[in-house]
Amino acid sequence: MTWLLDNLELIGRLTGEHLRLSAIPIVLGFVLSIPLGWVAYRYRLTRGLILTLVGLLYTIPSLALFVLLPAIIGTPFLSEANVVIALTIYAVAIMSRSVADALGSVDPDVKQAATAIGYSSFRRFWAVDFPLAGPVVLAGLRVVAVSTVSLLTIGAAIGIDTLGYLFTNGYQRGIIVSVLTGVVVTVVIALVLDRVLVVIGRALMPWTRASRSSERSGVTRAFMTARRVREAVP
Amino acid sequence: MIEFRSIEKLFPDGTRAVDDFSLVIPSHKTTVFVGSSGCGKTTLLRMINRMVDATGGELLIDDENVASIEPVRLRRRIGYVMQNSGLLPHRTVIDNITTVPRLTGVPTKDARARALELMDTVGLDRAMAERYPAQLSGGQQQRVGVARGLAIDPNILLMDEPFGAVDPIVRAELQQELLRLQRELGKTVVFVTHDIDEAFLLGDQVVILEKGARIAQKGTPEEILANPASDFVASFIGADRGKRALSIRDVDGERVVVDGDGNLAGRLTEPGAA
Amino acid sequence: MNLFADAFAWILNPGNWEGRNSIPQFIGEHLWYTVLAMILASAIAIPLGWYIGHTGRGRDIAVAATGAARALPSFGLLFLFVMIGGVANRDSSVMIVLALLAIPPILAGAYAGFEAIDRRVIDAARSMGMTERQIVARVEIPLGLPLLWGGLRNAVLQVVATVVLVGFVRNATLGYPIVQGIQINRFDQMLGASVLIIVLALLLDAIFALLERYATPAGVRAGRNRDHRTSSTRRRAAGGATPASTEKEMSV
Repeated sequence: MTWLLDNLELIGRLTGEHLRLSAIPIVLGFVLSIPLGWVAYRYRLTRGLILTLVGLLYTIPSLALFVLLPAIIGTPFLSEANVVIALTIYAVAIMSRSVADALGSVDPDVKQAATAIGYSSFRRFWAVDFPLAGPVVLAGLRVVAVSTVSLLTIGAAIGIDTLGYLFTNGYQRGIIVSVLTGVVVTVVIALVLDRVLVVIGRALMPWTRASRSSERSGVTRAFMTARRVREAVP
Repeated sequence: MIEFRSIEKLFPDGTRAVDDFSLVIPSHKTTVFVGSSGCGKTTLLRMINRMVDATGGELLIDDENVASIEPVRLRRRIGYVMQNSGLLPHRTVIDNITTVPRLTGVPTKDARARALELMDTVGLDRAMAERYPAQLSGGQQQRVGVARGLAIDPNILLMDEPFGAVDPIVRAELQQELLRLQRELGKTVVFVTHDIDEAFLLGDQVVILEKGARIAQKGTPEEILANPASDFVASFIGADRGKRALSIRDVDGERVVVDGDGNLAGRLTEPGAA
Repeated sequence: MNLFADAFAWILNPGNWEGRNSIPQFIGEHLWYTVLAMILASAIAIPLGWYIGHTGRGRDIAVAATGAARALPSFGLLFLFVMIGGVANRDSSVMIVLALLAIPPILAGAYAGFEAIDRRVIDAARSMGMTERQIVARVEIPLGLPLLWGGLRNAVLQVVATVVLVGFVRNATLGYPIVQGIQINRFDQMLGASVLIIVLALLLDAIFALLERYATPAGVRAGRNRDHRTSSTRRRAAGGATPASTEKEMSV
C-alpha cells in the first residue's frame, strides 16, 4: 500500500504514456483499414491477397514481431516507433478484415436503392455503405482497442515506458503490488476505452440503439471477427 | 382421436396464448388450424407432442392424457413436419429419414430399406438418398421432411406450415401429393397454415382461429363457405369481398363471369356461337 | 539482409543444436507448455462452453468474461502468478496463466458453435423425440465443431505467443534466447529465435486451420455456396449478413 502511495506519480506518468502510445495504433489502424478493407471487399483477387497477408501477420507473436521489424524496416530495436508500428500492424490485420466483412454485411437492396435514387458511387460509399457497415466496423475497432492496450505492456520488455514497466520492474524488485497495479490499470484502461467506443458508436449510429440484442451479441461477433482474421490463412 | 379439453396456455411473461380451448380431432382425417400469425395455432399443434405444455386443461390422445406420457416417448410416436423441413444439415437424406427409427432401436438395414420405400411414397428419386439437404431444392427438402415424419409409421402426423416456404407452383404440387398420400395412408393429420385456400383444399375439418386461439368457426370447408359464422370468418375467407362469389354480368352485350373485385374471371360463350 | 544471414547462421550453428539450452530443447519446451496448456484449458472450457451453449445458462456471464479476458495483459499475469506462487512453483504458475488465457477463446468457440446452429434444426430434433443428451451429442456437437476448432485455433495462437514471454521467468522456451539476447546484446540470436517462433506459430496455426476445415460436417460444407441455413437467425439479425455476403466470404 505504501508502494502505491509512493509511486502515484510514476503510475500516472506511465498511464499517460500508455494512453498516448495505444492511441496511435488504434487511430492509424482504423484509418488505414478503410481503404484496405474496401479493396479487400471490392475485388476478389485483392481480397484473397490482403486477407491472407493480414492473417499471417496476425499470427506472429508480438515479441517476435518487435525483433523482426528492425531487421526488415530498419527501425531501432529499442524504440517507440518499433512498438507502435508492430501494434499498428496488428490493428490493421484485425480492422481490414472487419471493414471488408462490414461492407459485405450491408443489405444489397439498400445499396441498389441508394444507387437508384441517384447516389454516385463515391458518395454512396460515405453516405450509405460505410455508415450501415458501422456496427460491424465498431465491433472490430473495440477488439483492436482492447488488445492494443493489453499488448502494449509487452513493449516494456524492450525498454519502452508503458504500464508494462510496472511488470518488469516489479518482478525484478519483487514488488507484487507493482505488478498487480499494472494489471489492474491496464484492464481498467482497456475496458473504459471499450465503453467509450460503444458510447461514441451509439451517438454516431442512433439507428442501432433500438435493438439491444445486437449489442449483446457484440462479444460473440468480436470473437468471430478475431477468428475470421485468420480464416484466409491456408 | 385427439381431444383438447378446456386447454389453456399462459406464457411466463403473462401472455395468454390459449384460453379455454376445446376441440375433438377425429382419427384418419385431416384437421387444419388456420388463422393469422400469432393466433396460437402453432402453440396448439405443439401441445399435441408436448413441445409446448398446456398450463391448464387436458389433452387426450386416444383417451390417454399426454401429460402422463414422457415427452420423448410421445414424440417418437408422432410424426412432425415443419416449415423449412428442419432437416439435420450434416446428415444425408437417408440418414435424416432414418433418424427416429434408429433412435428407437430399429436395425440400420431395416430402417434404410423402409426409408427407400418412403422416398418412393413421397415422390423422391432414390438416387437422392446420399445427398445432403443443402444439395436439394426447397420442394425436395420438404418431401424429405414428410418422409422423415412418416418413418416410424405414426398414427398422427403434425404439420406446421410445411409448405410455407416454397414457391406457389411447388406448393400446389406438394398439396396434391399430400392429398394422394392421405388417401393411401389415412393418418390423423393436424395441419397448421395461415393460407385459407390451403386449409379448404386439404382439410376435412377446418378450424378458423382468432387471436388467443378462440375458435371462430369449425366445420367442413363446404359448411364454412356456405355459412360463415361471423363477420370475422366472412372477412377471413374473403366472402365479404366476394372473392369467392362469382357473378355473371353483361358487358357490351357479352356475358362474362366476374369475381367480387370486378375482375374478369371467365367468358361465357353463347350457345351456338362456337 | 545481413541481419537475417546472421540469424540463420545462429540457427544453423551445430553448436546450438546440442547440449543444454539448445534449439531442439527450446522448441520441445515451447511445444510442451503449449500442448499441456491447451489440454488443460480444453478440459475445462469445452464442457463448460457446451453446457452454456445448450442450456443458455450463464451465457451473459460467459459473454462478459470472454470479452473482459481480452483486456488481461498476459505479460503482467505471468509475472504476477509466478510471484504469488513462489519460485518453487514457477512451472505450475506458468501453466495456470497459460490455461487461463486459453480458456476464453475456447469457451467462446464452444458456446458460439452451439448458438450458431439454426434453432429450427434443434427444434426439429427435439420434436422428433431426441432426448436432450442426443440433441447435444448428435446435433449440436457435430454442427458446432467448426466454430469450436476456430476457438481452439485462437487459443493456440494466444498460448504460443505467451509461451514466448515465459522466457522472462524461466530459462526455457524459444522466448529465452530472445530474453537472453536482449541482456547480452546478441541480435542474431534474438532474430534467429524469432524466426523459429514465427515458423512454429504459423505451423500450429496451419494445423488448426486444417482441423477446422476438416471438422466441418460434409453436409454443411456442401451447402455453403448455395444456402446459408446453417447460420443462425440470431447471428444474421445481429450482423445483417445477407446471402450475398455469405457467398463472398466463402469464395475466398
